[in-house]
Amino acid sequence: MTNEKNYMHKSWWKITAVLLLIYTVIAGFLGPVPHLPLLQETIRNLYFHVCMWFAMMILFTVSVVNSIRYLRSFNLKYDIYARQFAVVAIVFGILGYITGAIWASYTWADPNKPAANSFSTIARDPKLIGAAIALLVYFAYLILRDSVQDMDKKARISAVYNIFAYAILFPSIWILPRILPSLHPGNDGENPALDVKNDIDSGMRTVFYPAVIGWTLLGVWIATLKIRFSLLKEKKMSA
Amino acid sequence: MDCHFEDPLQFIERKKDVRMKIIRQLFLLLPALLLSLLTLAQSKPVEMADTMRSNGRIYVVVAVALTIMAGLILYVFRLDRKLSRLEKESN
Repeated sequence: MTNEKNYMHKSWWKITAVLLLIYTVIAGFLGPVPHLPLLQETIRNLYFHVCMWFAMMILFTVSVVNSIRYLRSFNLKYDIYARQFAVVAIVFGILGYITGAIWASYTWADPNKPAANSFSTIARDPKLIGAAIALLVYFAYLILRDSVQDMDKKARISAVYNIFAYAILFPSIWILPRILPSLHPGNDGENPALDVKNDIDSGMRTVFYPAVIGWTLLGVWIATLKIRFSLLKEKKMSA
Repeated sequence: MDCHFEDPLQFIERKKDVRMKIIRQLFLLLPALLLSLLTLAQSKPVEMADTMRSNGRIYVVVAVALTIMAGLILYVFRLDRKLSRLEKESN
C-alpha cells in the first residue's frame, strides 16, 4: 500500500464542493419556492434533508463498487475504501433520518392530538421503517467487520456482506415504501418529492441538483480523509 | 410729477419686509411639520430596513448557516492539510 498521488490529493473538486454548498445555503434560503399548504417554508428542507439521502445512496454505491474491486483483486486498499465510504454514507443516512424526523413532526403531526399520539402514527410510517432497516443492516456491516480478527478474512467477509447490504437497500428504501400507504411524498409510483406537477417547480431544481453534488462531494472529501488516515496507519503498522 | 416719485430706498426696504414675513411664517410652520412627522413615525411599526433586518430577518439565518458551514469546511480543510503533511513525512 503506497501513498500514490491521486484524486484524493487534488483540490479542484474540494473547491467545487465548498462553492456549491455556499450556493446551496444562500439560494436555498433566499430563492423563490412554491407556496404549498402544510409545507410552507419547510419545502426548503428539500435542499438539505433529501440531499442527505442522495449523498448516502451515492456513497453506498461507491462503497459496494470498491468491495467488488477488492474481491476481484484482493488488494486490501479497496477494502479500506469500501469501509470508509460506507461509514460516511451511514453518517449521512443518520443525518437524513434525524432531519426527516424533525420535518415530519412539524408537517405530519396532527395538531388536534397530543404529540405522543402523532408520534406513534409517524413512527409506523413504512418509509421510516424501511430507512431504519437499511441503516441497521449497515450498522451490522461495521460490527461484522470489527468482530473478525484476521485481516484477509475480515476484508473478504465484509466485502461479500457489503454486496448483500447494498442489495437490501433497494427493497427497503426504494420499493416497499412506494407500495405501502405513507405520509411521505412518493406514493402510487410517483417520484418522491421530485414531481414537478405536485411538489417542486423547475426553479427549485436549479438549487436542488447543485446541492446534491455539493453534499456528495463533501461526503467524498471526508471519506478520502479517512481513507488516507487508514492507509497511513496501515503503512506504519507494516513498517 | 411729485406723486409719481418713489423713493428707491423705501422700495427696497418694503420688499425686504415681505421676504422677512415669508421666512417668519416658514419658521412657524417648521415645528408643526416636525411634530406631524413625529406622530407619523409613532403610528407606524418600527422599520429599519437595512439588509440583515429586511425580509423577516431571513438573512440572519443565512448568516448563521453560512458560519456553521464555514466552520465545518475549515475543520475538514485543516484535517486535509495535516494528513498531507503526515503523508509527506512518511514518504
